[in-house]
Amino acid sequence: MDQDLIADLYRSMLRIRRFEEEAARLYTERKIGGFLHLYIGEEAIAVGTMSVLEKKDFIMTGYRCHGHYLARGGSPRAGMAELLGKATGCAKGRGGSMHYYDSTLNFMGGWGIVGAQIPVAAGIAFAQNYNNTDAVAVCFLGDGAINIGPFHEGLSLAALWKLPVVYVIENNFFSMGTPLNKTAAVEDLSIRALGYPMARDTVDGHDVFAVRSALHTAVRRAREHHQPTLIEAKTYRYRGHSMADPATYRTKEEVEAWRLRDPIKVTGEKLEALGLKSLKDSIDREVEEEIQDAVRFAEESPFPDPETALDYVYI
Amino acid sequence: MREIAIRDALKEAMAEEMLRDERVFLMGEEVGAYNGAYKCSKGLLEKFGPKRVIDTPICENGFAGVGIGAAMAGLRPIVEFMTFNFSLIAIDQIINTAAKARLMSAGQLKCPIVFRGAGGAAFQLAAQHANSFEQFYAYTPGLIVVAPATAYDMKGLLKSSIRNDNPVVFFESELTYNKKGEVPEEEYLVPIGVADVKRQGSDITLISWSKNVFLTLEVAEGLVAEGYNPEVIDLRTLRPLDTETVLRSVAKTHRVLIIQEQHEIASYGAWLHHLICTKIWDELDAPVGLVSALEAPLPYAKSLETVILPSRDRCLAAAREVLLGAR
Repeated sequence: MDQDLIADLYRSMLRIRRFEEEAARLYTERKIGGFLHLYIGEEAIAVGTMSVLEKKDFIMTGYRCHGHYLARGGSPRAGMAELLGKATGCAKGRGGSMHYYDSTLNFMGGWGIVGAQIPVAAGIAFAQNYNNTDAVAVCFLGDGAINIGPFHEGLSLAALWKLPVVYVIENNFFSMGTPLNKTAAVEDLSIRALGYPMARDTVDGHDVFAVRSALHTAVRRAREHHQPTLIEAKTYRYRGHSMADPATYRTKEEVEAWRLRDPIKVTGEKLEALGLKSLKDSIDREVEEEIQDAVRFAEESPFPDPETALDYVYI
Repeated sequence: MREIAIRDALKEAMAEEMLRDERVFLMGEEVGAYNGAYKCSKGLLEKFGPKRVIDTPICENGFAGVGIGAAMAGLRPIVEFMTFNFSLIAIDQIINTAAKARLMSAGQLKCPIVFRGAGGAAFQLAAQHANSFEQFYAYTPGLIVVAPATAYDMKGLLKSSIRNDNPVVFFESELTYNKKGEVPEEEYLVPIGVADVKRQGSDITLISWSKNVFLTLEVAEGLVAEGYNPEVIDLRTLRPLDTETVLRSVAKTHRVLIIQEQHEIASYGAWLHHLICTKIWDELDAPVGLVSALEAPLPYAKSLETVILPSRDRCLAAAREVLLGAR
């Protein structure tokens, strides 16, 4: 396997992990307000997915959006500044943790109503068909989003109109604090695709290479054949639903079992096994510097001018 | 000048804008092969083809969301709700996605989309098909809310709405689709955010919007027969409101009656009432009058529907009270 690719995937996942660990620290220092939903543990899905996308492709996601933004190439500085509600943030302090945007990366947000992004992503794909482009839309959602109406409406339209969209369910087995077996009567969530019908796949979301491979197939299906896919990536979040959640509804053993297969650990070990320990160490150092720089930048940035409170409402 | 029905004025507006801009397309239930549930899109499928006139399944949240995504990706959709009663299925997309995309992204996203369809009571449609929901949308910063009455205003404002870069909610009425009005052959626009004085007068200002403008003009005629000279203002746009025209008229007549089909509590008319009282209290010679639908879901039977909705008689009685009232 290509060493540069493994190194890139490792770097990208580690960047997300370290970014969010610092965000958690700043949250406990009360420098971040509102909700903070951490992606820690799920990094392989965002990184594996983005690694097969092209610049022209579009990304839409829910509120657990830091990882997708960073994996797409979003600036850690602008991301951290957004968490601190600063004018230099990726939404100039208007969005916060749940609403990251970067239109230069076709990163279309960061949406807070569970499942509402599903039809909207279909609309972005619809526009690609309308304009005869070969760009695709990728839409992330959680396992909690598969039971709400817009999931059905969006997937139904995507199949009916042959839209170039890939839906990626990040199944972390909990809708906030409620386990999956209490919210859905299916075990493999991608089975929901069968009724539309839509191509489907279920992958190990802790395996960045498995995610890459599944997305590669699905993105090609969208780009070349204008057919949507529903992918389920089974994963786990090590932290609670948000910083306010101590996650007492599950055992330490369960979390530890997933941590043993941690995608960053596994990918790092792969680099070492290839005799690239010094490369891994330098990536660790570079990422650490990058994150500390982002924190410094965010802390030193100004808050938005109160006189701009009514900006960006109308064009 | 030629006279055409409101449904044809709306169709002309859509056809002209679709000819002018390839990014404009129409989407909704029955808009294509069926020619529109109320025939507002008659012939458009034939003229523009299935790429630009798109029949949807019954899934308002789904196709509203698709329209919003398409708008964010550079298209300019017109999304028809068969009636605004069904827009409640999509209201999360309209309020939480379309209206807030620009602010939440600090201007990186824009959402040029028109949601249009019939609103309000019509032919004994019973409680679930006769709602006036203007206030839900007029409450929401980020949306433009348009509610014209005449064929001329419908056409000119729909064209302006399609060209606007913000999400627009555009109210029509089943009861007036067939109503004819003067519409010039040549192209024109009616600007968003400008009210229209439909009758000049000096004794009392009557304010209304959407199809109730026609009721209000009848009320005005009744007042003329009683020897008064009323002024009638058609708001045409609810957000942004043409505050200046409203206040200038009330400052002239010193008396005002608002006529709406909304229930009164937390309604658009109640807000207008507040606006007038706070901005030009000193100009008022009598308490502000407000005629609304009574506080019950609309029953089916004609004898009951008539009681709930604002009627000519109820409006006339309210107008007399304002005209004879004193502070």
